[in-house]
Amino acid sequence: MTNIKMTVNGKSVSGEVPDETLLSEFLRENLRLTGTHVGCDTSQCGACVVHVNGKALKACTTLAASLEGAEVTTIEGLANGGELHPMQQAFNDNHGLQCGFCTPGMIMTSVDMVNRYKAEGKELTEEAIRDELEGNICRCTGYHNIVKSVEDAAAKM
Amino acid sequence: MYSFDIERPTTLEDAVEALKDEEAQALAGGQTLIPTLKQRLAAPERLISLTSIPELKGVSAKDGWITIGAATTHAEVAKSVSAYPALAALAGQIGDPAVRNRGTIGGTLANNDPAACYSAAALASGAVIQTNTREIAAADYFLGMFETALEEGEIIIQVRFPIPEVASYQKFAQPASRFALVGVFVAKFADGVRVAVTGAAEEGVFRWSEAEAALDSSLAPESIDALEADDDGLIADIHGTAAYRAHLIKVLARRAISAMS
Ligand SMILES: Cc1cc2nc3c(=O)[nH]c(=O)nc-3n(C[C@H](O)[C@H](O)[C@H](O)COP(=O)(O)OP(=O)(O)OC[C@H]3O[C@@H](n4cnc5c(N)ncnc54)[C@H](O)[C@@H]3O)c2cc1C
Ligand code: FES
Ligand code: FES
Repeated sequence: MTNIKMTVNGKSVSGEVPDETLLSEFLRENLRLTGTHVGCDTSQCGACVVHVNGKALKACTTLAASLEGAEVTTIEGLANGGELHPMQQAFNDNHGLQCGFCTPGMIMTSVDMVNRYKAEGKELTEEAIRDELEGNICRCTGYHNIVKSVEDAAAKM
Repeated sequence: MYSFDIERPTTLEDAVEALKDEEAQALAGGQTLIPTLKQRLAAPERLISLTSIPELKGVSAKDGWITIGAATTHAEVAKSVSAYPALAALAGQIGDPAVRNRGTIGGTLANNDPAACYSAAALASGAVIQTNTREIAAADYFLGMFETALEEGEIIIQVRFPIPEVASYQKFAQPASRFALVGVFVAKFADGVRVAVTGAAEEGVFRWSEAEAALDSSLAPESIDALEADDDGLIADIHGTAAYRAHLIKVLARRAISAMS
């Protein structure tokens, strides 16, 4: 067992959990932050993507106990009060989701992508967006509207 | 997963000591090991996390060599290995961004998946794998599918790559896993050209020596036109036959050579 302490969406949290606890389990079961979805649990689908110390990773393939002291942001931490993050708004405006199961992971991956391209001064082309979304699977939308959503948000972020 | 304890040593000495225990196993990015544990294909009692040890991290370039700490992530290599662009490009094509933010070069080389990308770069470059006890030349390191020269408890500390005059890695990604269905790394050094193939063979990464000989005389795509990669020992599975993989080897080698000239 480890008493894990980390910062999640700006709040300090802690919990006594077995060392084999996945970050996805810690978020969903201990903290009841069920916005982080578990689709495959085999590192393929990206529904569980969150940010740890500013970087996107798959919460189903990360052990919570290895993240002592980390800063974690989940989909619940993106909106500013009642105001959606530009990426969330863009998915809404562009019909970037249908069932919504993949959406938290899509949005967390996309926010990381846009931030990274802006920081490195690289152009985020449609091709680059599709390539960057390699690790996120959507079974509903056919991806076109997801790509449009990311392009739309990138122009506003 | 079976239950286990995690230790996070902050010095190499502590990690080496902790890994002397038979029941302990190294944990780097976890991108291979965690799925393996979930499938209960491994059951270590203790995981020794290597990601809090400063000596295992970072990238430096000196005297024509690039040195990469074993716990350096693929994303970091993609971003910072500017002196060896083909290696940076290879790292930037591994899996997806989330995998690249966690997975490490040491973890990949220790695992020696027959379809891993770095193994082709290591073999074609003539890299040196430095562990806590010795230096191992890439040519002596890869011993077959998931098998390496590493002893029980031996830790990769860093990997050193001599920088070639020019090089290129071409990967035909298996569309579902993003691993290499076939990947070919071609590197030209003053003393000759080396061609390493990953993804294709049952025994893992290997050198295509006939192509190397042909390219030594002239580094042009046409130089290998008369050759055919041998399909003996190549993987045949749901994703492609051995003959298909043999064909891809030549196609990708030609693409790599074109990209180099
Ligand atoms: C969706 C997905 C796609 C991927 N696509 C690709 C791809 O296209 N190409 C590719 O090459 N790989 C790919 N990978 C694998 C990825 O590169 C992994 O990061 C890598 O294989 C393992 O590195 P790790 O740091 O995560 O190691 P871990 O999973 O932590 O460890 C793997 C093994 O190495 C041992 N180990 C780790 N570090 C050391 C060390 N320093 N010394 C000794 N032993 C050590 C561990 O004990 C374990 O046995 C993919 C993985 C996923 C999940
Ligand atoms: S649930 Fe983590 S990648 Fe699918
Ligand atoms: S909206 Fe249903 S899986 Fe993407």
